[in-house]
Amino acid sequence: MNITLNGKLKEFLPALNLKSAVEQFRKDKTPVVAELNGEIIKLPRWEETTLKEGDIVELVSFVGGG
Amino acid sequence: MKIIQKTVEDTPFIIAGKTFTSRFMLGTGKFKNKPDVTGSITASGTKIVTVALRRIDTQRHQENILEYIPEGITLLTNTSGARNAEEAVRIARLAKESGCGNWIKIEVINDSKYLLPDNTETIKATEILSSEGFIVLPYMFPDLYTARALVKAGAAAVMPLGSLIGSNQGLKAKEFIRILIDEIDETPIIVDAGLGAPSHAAEAMEIGADAVLVNTAIAGAENPAGCAEAFSLAVRAGRQAYLCGDRSRPVSTTSTQPTPKANASSPLTGFLYENDLSS
Repeated sequence: MNITLNGKLKEFLPALNLKSAVEQFRKDKTPVVAELNGEIIKLPRWEETTLKEGDIVELVSFVGGG
Repeated sequence: MKIIQKTVEDTPFIIAGKTFTSRFMLGTGKFKNKPDVTGSITASGTKIVTVALRRIDTQRHQENILEYIPEGITLLTNTSGARNAEEAVRIARLAKESGCGNWIKIEVINDSKYLLPDNTETIKATEILSSEGFIVLPYMFPDLYTARALVKAGAAAVMPLGSLIGSNQGLKAKEFIRILIDEIDETPIIVDAGLGAPSHAAEAMEIGADAVLVNTAIAGAENPAGCAEAFSLAVRAGRQAYLCGDRSRPVSTTSTQPTPKANASSPLTGFLYENDLSS
């Protein structure tokens, strides 16, 4: 199934949950906030949130900024 | 024994009911080495720092900026990258979800050449986020009507630009900032953007700004911590000068000298809306 993650189309195995998706793409332990199709998904709900074809996922974290 | 008296008494610097011991605010972008962020915070004594939100890097390890910000510092997340009010609101909600508080510096920019803030969209975002309980500090182009609208919309402070972001040009907008300082009493005025030297920061404080925010000039310095301290000292010096009554430019009395007040060049009589219906 295809999912748009941080603006890029990615292919995933079906029935993937948000928690696994984050783990696949996070390179470190930086705290991440997730948004699925424009809606913020709180951390405790990541595991129960199953992704589906065409979903749009945004993963953001803090960086230096002025 | 001689008793040393404090020569100048200052009022506390308060934003949204919270008191801060420093009137110097630091941006954390563009530092070459992250430990310099910590060094600059410590050396300057700043109590408020800005951070940004971005997509995570899925290719390489990313340093967590929050690890370099000591405890007790108020985090002010900016909405940089937002091109309109809707995007700014989205970024603010994501920031709040991260658990790092609800202080937001609204930054709405859709001009890539001059990076000028969009005042209209900034007012809209301020209205929405204030109603949602955010502490909102909008970055804006120094325009009096906008500043008033921002205050009405619930802004906790107003942040006019000194000059273009990252330009180090100093206080180019001085006379317009002076008007905001003169007219806006309800919230602090914090000069943000373009201050490239401690003397610029002092100049902003001398005319009565409540605080300044600096990033580029410090992040790009050879010794960022030393430079942050220099800015912080300049802020204190400028503040003290302001409290002592230095207004840095006398009010002119002749028509050929510059004056900080406007003087109409068209007649101030015979307006269309003036009616005198008495007989």
